[in-house]
Amino acid sequence: MIVEIGHFALALALGVAVIQTVVPLWGVARQDPVLASVGPAAAIACFLLVSVAFGALVFSYFVSDFSVENVASNSHSTQPLIYKLTSTWGNHEGSMLLWVLILVLFGALVALSRRSLPARLRAGALAAQGSITVAFLAFTLLTSNPFRRLVPAPAEGQDLNPLLQDLGLAIHPPLLYVGYVGFSISYAFAVAALIDGRIDAVWARAVRPWTLLAWTFLTLGISMGSYWAYYELGWGGWWFWDPVENASLMPWIAGTALIHSTVVMEKRDALKVWTILLAILTFSLSLLGTFIVRSGVLTSVHSFATDPQRGLFILAILVIFVGGSLALFAWRAPLLRQGGLFAPVSRESALVVNNLFLATACATVFVGTLYPLALEMVTGDKISVGPPFFNATFLPVVVPLLLLLPIGQSLAWKRGDLLGAAQRAQFAFGFAVLVTIALLAVTRGGPVLAPLGIGLGVFLVVSAFWDLGERVVSRASGAAAIWSRARGLPRSIWGTAFAHAGVGVTVIGIAATAWSTEGIGILKPGQSLTSGRYTFTLESIAPRTGPNFTEEVARFRIRTGEREMKPVESMKRMYTARAMPTTEAGIRSDGFSQAYVSLGEREADGSIAVRAYDKPLVLLIWIGTLIMAFGGALSLTDRRFRVAAPRRAAPTSALPQPAE
Amino acid sequence: MTAQTGFPRSPARKGMTRKQRRMVMIASAGTVLAISAGLVAYALRDSIVFFYGPTEIVEKGLTPGTRLRLGGLVGEGSVVRSPGQKVSFTITDAKTTVTVNYTGLLPDLFREGQGVVTEGVLEAPGRFRADSVLAKHDENYMPREVADALKKQGHWQPGDAKAGADAATPAAPAK
Repeated sequence: MIVEIGHFALALALGVAVIQTVVPLWGVARQDPVLASVGPAAAIACFLLVSVAFGALVFSYFVSDFSVENVASNSHSTQPLIYKLTSTWGNHEGSMLLWVLILVLFGALVALSRRSLPARLRAGALAAQGSITVAFLAFTLLTSNPFRRLVPAPAEGQDLNPLLQDLGLAIHPPLLYVGYVGFSISYAFAVAALIDGRIDAVWARAVRPWTLLAWTFLTLGISMGSYWAYYELGWGGWWFWDPVENASLMPWIAGTALIHSTVVMEKRDALKVWTILLAILTFSLSLLGTFIVRSGVLTSVHSFATDPQRGLFILAILVIFVGGSLALFAWRAPLLRQGGLFAPVSRESALVVNNLFLATACATVFVGTLYPLALEMVTGDKISVGPPFFNATFLPVVVPLLLLLPIGQSLAWKRGDLLGAAQRAQFAFGFAVLVTIALLAVTRGGPVLAPLGIGLGVFLVVSAFWDLGERVVSRASGAAAIWSRARGLPRSIWGTAFAHAGVGVTVIGIAATAWSTEGIGILKPGQSLTSGRYTFTLESIAPRTGPNFTEEVARFRIRTGEREMKPVESMKRMYTARAMPTTEAGIRSDGFSQAYVSLGEREADGSIAVRAYDKPLVLLIWIGTLIMAFGGALSLTDRRFRVAAPRRAAPTSALPQPAE
Repeated sequence: MTAQTGFPRSPARKGMTRKQRRMVMIASAGTVLAISAGLVAYALRDSIVFFYGPTEIVEKGLTPGTRLRLGGLVGEGSVVRSPGQKVSFTITDAKTTVTVNYTGLLPDLFREGQGVVTEGVLEAPGRFRADSVLAKHDENYMPREVADALKKQGHWQPGDAKAGADAATPAAPAK
């Protein structure tokens, strides 16, 4: 019964979403404030209905209702409760429902946000958001219904894919989807602005918090996914340039460009047309990512079971929304007034350079991801484009960008002083050069890229705070004065500093991977294997039984130099329901470094194959992304987003503000 | 700077109009794009790897030393392990069989009779040295290239992925 209520609520939500799309637009066209004000109410109703549907699905997983096909194929009565619940989105249908839930959540948040938005803009944005909701609700109901019943109901479920039975599944997809889907708001506002035919700083200020929010979550989502792959797949890789990873990286890069270009638009009323295009492209890349993951056109470790019908449906959605918005852009963009002027050396120009490099980086990832598909369609040849391609194309674009970043961020608006900016960056640069030389001297004969990369990271971290330090310290005396001066700076300036420093920290972590070492050996209890700074000694191998698996547990003692670290366990598991083996790596953190050990085949004589790694500074990769996300969150709390945006100077529309 | 911006005139940029500035912008954007397009074209020539099934290797007459991805089914009873993590097995599409040598740990889901993709170098006709064996992440998931390669040899019915994989794997219970 509850399942049918969920199904019904989802169908009802589709109807409401149609209303949300059509009526506000009609209201805007007929200048009828009552019709235009239907949007917020419909958006909230839509959110409540989809919540009911999602709740119903979670509930059927909670009670292990195997008469629901989705539950029967992806859950098992012996699964721990947390994995029963996360199984809800550990499959195509359920994760699609989560996608839609987050989509309508954003619609409801726009409807509820009390910031004074121009009425036409809000109505247009909610209508655009509504049309996306219609498309994906229809997709879910028609091709991926999670509420389908099985008759007769099986007595037991088939279990969730064991690789997904991990806390990572509870964290990674929701964060990622909030990021992916959050960009739909920027898209909706861009479409609304094009329909409205005007765009200004008020638009930028309205869009920026949503973009920042989505970017922050996408940063966390990608980062958590990467850490999950790192510890779950058992060989210590953290980024594979897999099509699905690229699918999340492309909107992230475009979104990063977008949060920078909206700053220009907000402060200086420039780069309007480009910003609108970027908002459209960012969400288009999110849609493309959805297509890549769901259609199975590209071979990837993340593939869901493939179904050509679904692929076609999403391709149609992709074509309609990308093509439609780009056509609207081509038609309306010439109407948008050109914005303010700026000198070639200025913060604006620096941000243009930022956008140029980010767009290029995004394009290289795009080519590398889709080229195999294009080639196969044209010639029938199957190829794989792997890390060598991306190292040769992505890095040469990103490294110059990172080198220019510290100079760009200290240029003044309108007209900057290149010499002054270079002088401000020189301390950080000198310090980074010293660090690099010192590291090169200490690790003579080792990989050269690691010290160079770490130097770049140090340059970014130090320069991120150098300007702020000057502003806070140089003119203030005494700790109290410094503190009050630091607090007096806008939060968004701190946010920028933290985000840029986070990039530096991640760069340091990535660079240090050049030093990581791998050791492979076949060990009997009592024997040791050394990798880098760590010596792993196999203590014992013993069987153990978990809730829905049996496992062989290998216990290792770890020594580094004269120091004995806490022991770790690495497991070889066999999940009984699917008869599927998995490997659980044993990981011990040592400062920012990690000692990593995972198991291979068990030999006939009782010994076991072991892979051991020394991963220096590896944690900095993810700590850096957390700092980036913290910077994003800090910017979100900036005062200018909390207080009402200034009203437009001229009366903007014939529509009065709708009563809420 | 032009008068309209209200900036103090700087001798170096005197007379740079809006149009000229736009040209500078477009030219620098073009430069960056051209350089990266060059990088992309170069990398696409040198760092991509073609995928072939066992029969295609013969048909295309690939010469030893070619780097490629080879996919197909792991031959039943073909896996031989020797000391030092050395392992050899065959990859077959039921028409042609290639012997693969590999040193290292095999992924969890590597089994006889199941689909597999390996990357490495063709040493001699019918002999392949793999430096990586790619893991699948799902029991039911057949790499698409493998499915296509098998289809070409007429050993594949659409929608057969699950049944085929299970039938070939006695350890897996029927689903």
